[in-house]
Amino acid sequence: MKALIRATFLLFSVLFAGVSVAQHEGHEHAAGDTTHQHEMVATGAEAHAEHTEAHDEHATEKFDPGKMIMGHVTDEHGWHLWGHTSLPLPIIVYNTERGLSVFSSARFDHGHKTYGGYFLQEGKLLATDAPDGTDVHGATLNEALTAATWDVSITKNVLGMLVSIALMLIIFLSVAGGYRKRGVGAPKGLQSFIEPIILFVRDDVAKANIGPKYERFMPFLLTVFFFILINNLMGLIPIFPFGANVSGSISVTFALAAITFVLTLIHGNRHYWGHILAMPGVPKPVLLILTPVEILGVFLRPAILMIRLFANITAGHIIVLSFFALIFIFGEINAGLGWGVSVFSLAFTIFMSMLELLVAFIQAFVFTFLSAMYLGAAIEEPHHH
Amino acid sequence: MFLSILLQAAAENAHFGFAAIGAGIAALAAGIGIGRIGGDAMQAIARQPEATNDIRANMILAAALVEGAAMFGIVVGLLAMVL
Repeated sequence: MKALIRATFLLFSVLFAGVSVAQHEGHEHAAGDTTHQHEMVATGAEAHAEHTEAHDEHATEKFDPGKMIMGHVTDEHGWHLWGHTSLPLPIIVYNTERGLSVFSSARFDHGHKTYGGYFLQEGKLLATDAPDGTDVHGATLNEALTAATWDVSITKNVLGMLVSIALMLIIFLSVAGGYRKRGVGAPKGLQSFIEPIILFVRDDVAKANIGPKYERFMPFLLTVFFFILINNLMGLIPIFPFGANVSGSISVTFALAAITFVLTLIHGNRHYWGHILAMPGVPKPVLLILTPVEILGVFLRPAILMIRLFANITAGHIIVLSFFALIFIFGEINAGLGWGVSVFSLAFTIFMSMLELLVAFIQAFVFTFLSAMYLGAAIEEPHHH
Repeated sequence: MFLSILLQAAAENAHFGFAAIGAGIAALAAGIGIGRIGGDAMQAIARQPEATNDIRANMILAAALVEGAAMFGIVVGLLAMVL
């Protein structure tokens, strides 16, 4: 079994490394080419107006901290490795009118060209009627086709999740194999590292919040805890294949919170819904205000789960990236100043990374603890006074 | 004359300034909240040292919840910059 997992992991890595690692030295564009560096995300509206000025900056390539930070924190269709090297990832698009299209994102030439009737603009995949290879500025947006497009590409976050899934499978299948071999004997190796954590989740999170029927939810709670923890930790390692900001992606945290939300809906018993819609022991006029607030709370609690994890992880990454950006900002003024600031930046980054490590564990714990608390509230039996 | 140019530039980019102020207030709120939690936790530990582990676990949980509320402010600040 272990060999199978290793083979799968190797296959994934070969697959994505085999798709040619696009490499180009500097921006070798013809003088008449109207390509432009994507300006700051915040002023997207001014991007087109500014592209003529940016063309003059091609030679100097002024450092844009906003673009660098956003580029590292948000999702992208390729995986930027270093300098101008990036790993192109497969684009998988399903259009209800055109059908399925699968091709490498290298065809888009870093978002400068169209291909297959699609083009990238600020990370979004849009549909066009222009032929392959047209420059993005000459391509007219086909809004009807864009609305019919489903972008299910393997993006950086998806690949990051696949890596963390592979890691989790390797770790937990080996731990499960250890239990199968040793039974209740003394644990050895990876098993002895994972077991205290599993017991912690079982005793302090599941049993404490859910009560006697906790075993039913243990697979979910353990999966959520380790998935968030491993993704948080992977986001702190800047080397490929780690370093994708998975748990800091609002879509991923939305999916996790949605699963918790759906579970509380499914397992909510009469007692739970009774308390939400008509809290007993409360006078009628207060109930008029309380019931809408409680209903709002049903939706708000998973939403805040989502935002808490997303904001904590993304904020940490942005802080570390800002310290690094500081080096380059000062370095543009004066090279010596850049080197001086780098010492100070490095010290602060190490301190922030320690804090980020703590936050990684705490956020995984808090998400799991609160999910267990909501599940426990949903299945709680009424205790008669 | 210069004042009108300054004023116009400020008005166009006002969302950046407000986002910064909002983020600062969020940090302030987090500081106050978690400071109170930490202070009360330390008093509780001083009263009953053998309950340190329980108190520490609850303190970290409460701090994470308060920080979640402060993160709302951060997210709104980010939105104000981007939207």
